[in-house]
Amino acid sequence: MNGKTVIPFGPQHPVLPEPLQLKLVMQDEKIVEAIPAIGYVHRGLEKLTETKEFTQNVFVIERICGICSFKHALAYCQGMENLMGIEVPDRARFLRVIWGELHRMHSHLLWLGLLADAFGFESLFMQAWRDREKVMDIMEATAGSRVIISTNQIGGTRRDISPEMLAKIVDVVNDVKEDIERVEKVFCNDYTVKHRMVGIGVLSKENAKLWGAVGPMARGSGIAEDVRTLGYAAYGELDLEPVVETDGDCYARMKVRLRELYQSIDLIKQAIAKIPEGPINVPVKGNPNGEVISRVEQPRGEALYYMRANGGKTLDRLRVRTPTFANIPTLLKMLPGHHLADVPILILTIDPCISCTER
Amino acid sequence: MFDMIGNIFKNLGTKPATRCYPFEKREPFEASRGRVKGIEIEKCIFCGICSRKCPADAIRVDRNAKSWEIDPFKCVICGACAEVCPKKCVIMDEAYTQPTTAKDKLTYVQAAKEESQSQAG
Ligand code: SF4
Ligand code: SF4
Repeated sequence: MNGKTVIPFGPQHPVLPEPLQLKLVMQDEKIVEAIPAIGYVHRGLEKLTETKEFTQNVFVIERICGICSFKHALAYCQGMENLMGIEVPDRARFLRVIWGELHRMHSHLLWLGLLADAFGFESLFMQAWRDREKVMDIMEATAGSRVIISTNQIGGTRRDISPEMLAKIVDVVNDVKEDIERVEKVFCNDYTVKHRMVGIGVLSKENAKLWGAVGPMARGSGIAEDVRTLGYAAYGELDLEPVVETDGDCYARMKVRLRELYQSIDLIKQAIAKIPEGPINVPVKGNPNGEVISRVEQPRGEALYYMRANGGKTLDRLRVRTPTFANIPTLLKMLPGHHLADVPILILTIDPCISCTER
Repeated sequence: MFDMIGNIFKNLGTKPATRCYPFEKREPFEASRGRVKGIEIEKCIFCGICSRKCPADAIRVDRNAKSWEIDPFKCVICGACAEVCPKKCVIMDEAYTQPTTAKDKLTYVQAAKEESQSQAG
């Protein structure tokens, strides 16, 4: 290779919490090509789901990803409910929205903290994670656990939220909103932040479509695509507009996630205002038979589930396409032409979740 | 930049967000799934539903020996066992498991009516 160097980036890297390895082919300080190597945290969870009962699988599937565990379980449960023709009670559908949006909030706050950490803004990182902690506490107080909340089950939810707790959730999200407003100013106006993000990693609308970007990646490039607008769970009864930015750079993607935080807060409040009384789950009878596809919008983008059952207690096949998997090709295309110093920020703005990519 | 300075001054004036851990402990939330503490062995009918429903295969139930055993290091604290038990004899606790040095299993054996519980490693 004439004058080219290969620099391995990851799987262990100070700014990357995820074991993603990219072999960066460099010409001087510029990246010419990026070659991915994934497979460091493969756990064989898809195979494991074939050995467990379909109702038990919810617990396995939640462990695909620590951050959006609820959303994975939701995708699976919704798919199975469609397959088996189960009508989920109204209250459960609203509870799913509330927990789902709490998950989105904690995921985005986590991401904002990691981003601040990646460009060396430690105090901002602490600030973002401090707010995240309030959301985590709410999760534990309502569902019993901080991240793997295990509240979904086929046919509804396992737990209910009491009216006092719902009122408390509103208080906490209002509180978090005030805090976010303060850190938002720093994220959006600070010189350091802008210097590292504006104009870096520009993804045009055409390319985002062409390479199949999903979630905040696509929305940062002007594609108004959000699976929640299809109205699964109770989203159909709530007011929801996809958050879209048009610049397509790292800064735009950050703004999408910041604005989605407000959107989540708004959705939680709407759902709490509208939540009906009633049962929270229905019993599951019989075994599934047939095949089904289910999609949900996770904090990182659209996740797609495919399930095939043969009338027995276990599934024949379960296949997951996670949002990070869909965004990695875009990342690889975006990297060439950038400086080595911009790589951490670029990788972070796709919000990589390698453990769900590899399962 | 001034926005961040404002934040920093506000933080200087307020309580720390963290706790001084070993001295100041957070009370567990009431609804928390902390751990499976054990079972009320006298009530158990050794039906084995808990062990069949456990996604982590952490529970062993032996109907003949009248014993119930859980491996707390396999348990993922999902709470399914407590939910499905027809006698509601699995006890969940909201406090988390304390760290230990030995990977012991918790074994309960139902005694022939007089004595109720024995615990062994
Ligand atoms: S389900 Fe309950 S009664 Fe049955 S074996 Fe387990 S603990 Fe005993
Ligand atoms: S809490 Fe869940 S993992 Fe633990 S023993 Fe009970 S069913 Fe098994």
